[in-house]
Amino acid sequence: MSDDHVYLTLAEGHEDDARWAYGTGFEDPLHGVDTSVPEGVDAGELAAACVALADDALVSAQRLAEWVTRAPELEEEVALANIGLDLLGQARLLYSRAGQADGTGRDEDAYAYFRDAADFRNVRLAELPGGDFAFTVVRLLVLSSWRLAHFRRLQAHPDPVLAAVAAKGVKELTYHRQYAAEWCVRLGDGTDESHRRMRTALDQVAPYLGELHTAYDVRDEVADDLRQVTEAAGLTLPVYRPLPGSGRAGEHTEHLAPLLTELQGVARAHPEATW
Amino acid sequence: MVTGTPALLDARRARQVAEQVPDPELPMLTLADLGVLRDVEVGADGTVVASLTPTYSGCPAMAEMRADVAARLREAGYQRVEIRTVLDPPWTSDWITEAGRLKLAEHGIAPPGPAPRGGPVPLVLSPTRPAVPCPRCGSADTEETSRFAATSCKALWRCRACREPFEYVKEI
Repeated sequence: MSDDHVYLTLAEGHEDDARWAYGTGFEDPLHGVDTSVPEGVDAGELAAACVALADDALVSAQRLAEWVTRAPELEEEVALANIGLDLLGQARLLYSRAGQADGTGRDEDAYAYFRDAADFRNVRLAELPGGDFAFTVVRLLVLSSWRLAHFRRLQAHPDPVLAAVAAKGVKELTYHRQYAAEWCVRLGDGTDESHRRMRTALDQVAPYLGELHTAYDVRDEVADDLRQVTEAAGLTLPVYRPLPGSGRAGEHTEHLAPLLTELQGVARAHPEATW
Repeated sequence: MVTGTPALLDARRARQVAEQVPDPELPMLTLADLGVLRDVEVGADGTVVASLTPTYSGCPAMAEMRADVAARLREAGYQRVEIRTVLDPPWTSDWITEAGRLKLAEHGIAPPGPAPRGGPVPLVLSPTRPAVPCPRCGSADTEETSRFAATSCKALWRCRACREPFEYVKEI
């Protein structure tokens, strides 16, 4: 087969189970994976852990996707969209796992499109509006460093599906953190204006750092990453008293509901639609 | 001379069929070249079970790969086909075969170097990454223009010697 014909071949008729590039109706991302929950694993806790991690990823992916057509350069747009796509992939796997573990059999769409803001368990840092590019890269650095440290631990989780999702995610998050860190240094160590914007972004992010807890203690690892980047960027991480409340308890800022309205609008208006 | 039991021969033939399916996003590679086809078995009842692993969690081509493998196996006469997703161990660019690396380079895409192994990858802020040789002219005088490209698995580079931009499959 010559390369000229390969794409034509791909565009030819397909079985009903292939909708790549054609719209909704993607099949279960855990298709054909052993879905039993091992003995000794609390299925409810497993489902809750998967939903929280999936919500962080879905909401982050949505904020990153907002940069498409608006990023400062085409390369950055492609980068932010790719990072969002990785996170969306992680969310899909985790929602599917949650639906199996909690016994409801809900699919990924049920979690993503048909829950309200109070049912979401993402940390509030993920839902804050994107605003400045400096804020986007600072937040991405914090969230990818934190998620990476958490996923490293989860690779040893007794649930093999969650452990496998984490092992895959570790590789992706390493790239996300590197991308964000390099931009933070470039902007912090750049012009007066970019430095000022980085300082503003750190001030916006700092009050939400106290919310970044996990079942494992990863604070030192995250603090090391942030210290290394801020030092190289000529910045200091401000110390703020943590804001009361917790996204993990379903307490959100006023910014989550509008984000979900946009994310969920089409699916809710046409709940049975496929295209 | 061909040796082996009929069941083994059947499994070998099924594997050959599945191995030839092209990747939807890097169509110069087969799924075997890319290392995403993990296993092909034929059960006692004749069901072919092919196992695939995604390159990246968000790879949108997985459903397409599953459908392509199933369609090719059915065309080859296997009535019962089952496609399984394998998440563990996670895909690594080290699984791209030697033949696959040559095909990438022939098509102007720089193949990946060895993937990082063993334990956490530290955050490194100094430019320590070795230059990727240009797949067209071979020059080492190249630079990264973007860590991300048209697909998750690639980055954008350019060659300062021949001035051509090129894609590069990232180590992961």
